[in-house]
Amino acid sequence: MLAMPIMMGMDIFMGTAEIRFIIKQLGGRNAPLLQVLLAVQDAAPQRYLSEEAVNEIARLLEISRCRVYSTASFYSEISLEPRGIHLIRVCTNAPCENAGKQEIQEAIERELGITVGQTTTDGLFTLESVNCLGACFMSPAIKVDDTLYGNLTTESVVSVLDSFRKEQCHGCK
Amino acid sequence: MGVNNKELVFNISREEFVDLKTYRERGGYTALQKALRQPPESSIQELKSAGLRGRGGAAFPTAVKIEMVRNNGETGRYVICNADEGEPGTFKDRFIMTHLPFQVIEGITLAAYLAGAENGYIYVRHEYPEVQRILRESIKEAEEAGLLGEDILGSGIRLKLEIFSGAGSYLCGEETALLSSIEGRKGRPRVKPPYPTQSGLWNKPTLINNVETLANIPKIIEKGSGWYRSIGTADSTGTKLISLSGDVVNRGLIEVPFGITFADIIEEYGLGAKPGRTVKAVNIGGASGVLVPGFMLETPLEYTACAKAGITIGSGAIFVLDDTRPILPNVHNRVKFFLHESCGKCTPCREGLRQANVILSKLLSGMATESDVVLLERYTRAIQEASFCGLGQAAGNSLKSSLEYFHEEYLAACGQECRDKEETA
Repeated sequence: MLAMPIMMGMDIFMGTAEIRFIIKQLGGRNAPLLQVLLAVQDAAPQRYLSEEAVNEIARLLEISRCRVYSTASFYSEISLEPRGIHLIRVCTNAPCENAGKQEIQEAIERELGITVGQTTTDGLFTLESVNCLGACFMSPAIKVDDTLYGNLTTESVVSVLDSFRKEQCHGCK
Repeated sequence: MGVNNKELVFNISREEFVDLKTYRERGGYTALQKALRQPPESSIQELKSAGLRGRGGAAFPTAVKIEMVRNNGETGRYVICNADEGEPGTFKDRFIMTHLPFQVIEGITLAAYLAGAENGYIYVRHEYPEVQRILRESIKEAEEAGLLGEDILGSGIRLKLEIFSGAGSYLCGEETALLSSIEGRKGRPRVKPPYPTQSGLWNKPTLINNVETLANIPKIIEKGSGWYRSIGTADSTGTKLISLSGDVVNRGLIEVPFGITFADIIEEYGLGAKPGRTVKAVNIGGASGVLVPGFMLETPLEYTACAKAGITIGSGAIFVLDDTRPILPNVHNRVKFFLHESCGKCTPCREGLRQANVILSKLLSGMATESDVVLLERYTRAIQEASFCGLGQAAGNSLKSSLEYFHEEYLAACGQECRDKEETA
């Protein structure tokens, strides 16, 4: 299990009201399960589905918890463990691998002091691998949150990380 | 513009986003108007004469699929645009959707009208958030312009189109797994028959087509099947989008008429291998495609010719490896990919890939013997022939083709020590 520090002033678990609201927006009791899971995950402070959230979704959609867990655990984009504020995904497929994915990944790992699947102790970054980002025309590519970065070098990838660190530190002294 | 500046289906320009106004100025939505004026059968006949085949990989005749749904007596039919582009090395659908969203939406609207469907989904992979955003905005815009939703262009025809996000499963590109996914279950494939055209989403007749296929439809209806047949060859009509990547000077998306050879695609559009290097092998059709040596590149991009040569056109991904690249790590990369994406339902795929992964790891660490290579050949056959769905069947393609064309690299990877041991044994 991944040890996650509790971030100051951040609500770790989502409230029932918030999940209820998401489900209502997506069509109520008949809301499509996969879209509910993604929306709840997106809204969760640590971008994962907690056990409490799984239970709540099952209750509101009137399906078994087992059904919810079965679907949630199948998909790579759904996490059942807490994640950092920024999600870094390194594309692992052949076009990126041939273009130097391993060096890029190692540069990130060195810079952040974590390996794939881990979260930095300050809770800022989680590093994951991903299958084909559809960015083979600019391999090696990574995605940080919703943004693609391509044609990376071991130097440029560090400046990408720095830009997220600065953003996080905006206004801090 | 494509070859000789002849107008093609997409006429891609890398920088341009074609908004609704521009799309209509260029003839967009004239196909829908035309189709709404004439009996649906005429439009279906037009698609049939055009010879349009599915661009997602299976190359099934599109008009026949539409007819199958149309002729199904059951009401409450669905149309689904398969935008779960996950095939490694492929980025064509991403491009169409981010640059020409209205051509996709018009294509879906036409397909839905011809198939008699009033509800539709675009199943977009979760890794493409910007694509989902563009499509959501475009759907809204089309609805406001009366091109989608209730009473399309005053015809009384309706189509409710929604975006459905995938969640990171390659297998959900398989049509029945995609249906399971929308229904809220694990994205595992179902037994066929019944085919989705008979019993698809929520057991209703469902038309599922790839993004590129659907985006071809408006052009065919607008310009006629004669125009469409004038591009490509008698065997394979129209154009194909090619995602070109790997060791070439110029990587990117190109639209080519069918009939061009793979060598020409790599030379003309990719500007060949990097200086001082030669093309050693080419992976055609993405991770699920084959790995072929340079001498096979004279084969034309044509369904029959490729099938004869054992080449899978698949999604149209071409990934080039030059003479500095060893084959085995590339095959291993694919095996690891499929092992991760295998849903675990059937044994040949789940366990076969696991064993193939073990053998390839052994080969790459110099711990394998020639008997391991023989065993790998047997596993490959089992994976290809006994897997439940297309994922497993395709997973063996790169293994089988590389074992055939690059056998010496497998043998060379067998450790010398192990070889000696085998000889004395």
